[in-house]
Amino acid sequence: MSSLDKETVRRIAYLSRINVSEEGLTELAGDLTRILDFVEELQEVDVEGCEPLTSVADLTLPLRKDEVTDGNIQQKVLSNAPMTDAGCFVVPKVVE
Amino acid sequence: MTDLTKLTLAEARDGLAKGDYTSVELTQAHLKSMEAHRNLNAYITETPDKAIEMAKVSDAKRAKGDAGNMEGLPIAVKDLFCTEGVQTTAASHILEGFKPEYESTVTSKLFDNGAVMLGKANLDEFAMGSANTSSYYGNVINPWKGKDGKNLVPGGSSGGSAAAVAGGMALAATGTDTGGSIRQPASYCGIVGLKPTYGRCSRWGVVAFASSLDQAGPMTKTVRDAAIMLGSMAGHDAKDSTSAPMAVPDFEAALTGDIRGMKIGIPKEYRVDGMPEEISKLWENGVAMLRDAGAEVVDVTLPHTKYALGTYYIVAPAEASSNLARYDGLRYGQRVMDEGDSLDDMYSKSRAAGFGKEVQRRIMIGTYVLSAGYYDAYYNKALKVRRRIYEDFANAFGKVDAILAPTAPSAAFAIGENEDDPVKMYLNDVFTVPASLAGLPGLSLPAGLSSEGLPLGLQLIGKPFDEETVLRVGGVLESAANFTAKPFGQEG
Repeated sequence: MSSLDKETVRRIAYLSRINVSEEGLTELAGDLTRILDFVEELQEVDVEGCEPLTSVADLTLPLRKDEVTDGNIQQKVLSNAPMTDAGCFVVPKVVE
Repeated sequence: MTDLTKLTLAEARDGLAKGDYTSVELTQAHLKSMEAHRNLNAYITETPDKAIEMAKVSDAKRAKGDAGNMEGLPIAVKDLFCTEGVQTTAASHILEGFKPEYESTVTSKLFDNGAVMLGKANLDEFAMGSANTSSYYGNVINPWKGKDGKNLVPGGSSGGSAAAVAGGMALAATGTDTGGSIRQPASYCGIVGLKPTYGRCSRWGVVAFASSLDQAGPMTKTVRDAAIMLGSMAGHDAKDSTSAPMAVPDFEAALTGDIRGMKIGIPKEYRVDGMPEEISKLWENGVAMLRDAGAEVVDVTLPHTKYALGTYYIVAPAEASSNLARYDGLRYGQRVMDEGDSLDDMYSKSRAAGFGKEVQRRIMIGTYVLSAGYYDAYYNKALKVRRRIYEDFANAFGKVDAILAPTAPSAAFAIGENEDDPVKMYLNDVFTVPASLAGLPGLSLPAGLSSEGLPLGLQLIGKPFDEETVLRVGGVLESAANFTAKPFGQEG
């Protein structure tokens, strides 16, 4: 069920937005297949009627008043950006 | 004068209170030791000027009679905690040069309590690893050496923190644990490491790996030190909605030394095939020590133990793939872009150049198990098995107060070993991952030496928010084991 071919890895790499070379795809196909083989044993566990456990924190999400608690920190927000202009992040052209 | 780098946190606290030395002297001694042991690569960023400045402020505070619980005590901070104005890398190239504009909740609590920061400790990239060999800033070398003198791994992911404490380069250190990243390096370096209950310490400002598992905790020389330091790290934080709104007990007061009548569980499923003789012997010795101290030892069963690693290596990468989507080369971190590149090109090039191999593998596994058509077969299935594991512990804790097990299946291994197959490296976490999946507190403490003369740890697992019992039993085990061996260069 879990042997990954190169084309599948290419698709995963695209979804992950990570550039991978042709040789890299072959190596990753091997690595990822080994990992998937390793987790395959979960299929034998009987989980009939079992609810997925998404968090061990036995909490209902707390609510707070809907009011602004921060802001006016434009310089701080931008201070680590690789490229900024006029108080904005700069991205490559997205609209032709 | 005594060597100040050999003190425990508690001894240094008491020495400062008595005026035997100042925080500046204590800090200077550690900065000197850091310089002398730079070859071990325990720190990514040393902050000597900030340390001296913080120590001066601390000495002044003390002179005014205003001393906190960690007043004047120099510590290392794992480079996964955001520290205001100090480079925070998560050991990744993608965050090289990143200087947070804010302080993590845990470090601000520690600093408010008087702690002095010596620097940012090395780790596996984004805390993904068990040997500290995936850091962009180089491997950390364990201060301990085997008989052949080869360089050994410190464990991971909090390998720099563990090496710094074991090697006298910090009195204590912060760590984080997602599947064993505090306990396993503590075991490999012969120190104490405590992963608190999920929710005990705020995750705010800690670079996220797997948010349903990540938890900060202390790495120290003794169980008492862990109790002291946890008290200054723990507590509810409105900025982390999973942080528990509970009072922080006096953890040090839990160290009564009395465990008579307590029930300690021994999970038979942890006796895995091929467990080395010296590990089972260590475990048996631990059982005998607790029995001698008046505890009742009971067999318990955790039937889904063998599925814990498989569950973890679906859940953790899935959460990581989502968390690490934020590294987009846009708002912070490294950007790689060529003339005419599209937004997608920029993302893909920045992330390929910025993330190391293991991080890329985990993002891709996570992306795969969350993708359409595979979500139910992998991710949802893993979450259901996770509940089975959680229920196993709940059943066991209906009968016992704490569980005793080994921390890791071996002593520290040589740098370069277990690198040929990612799955081999994952097996180091076989005894630590189950408690992580169940969100339970786990303490590792050094309890013996391997045939190579390397430290081996035992692990105590407790009920949710019952760190006090874990610490109490740990204190008794520590006294009985009387582990006094020191790494190379640290004798005497």
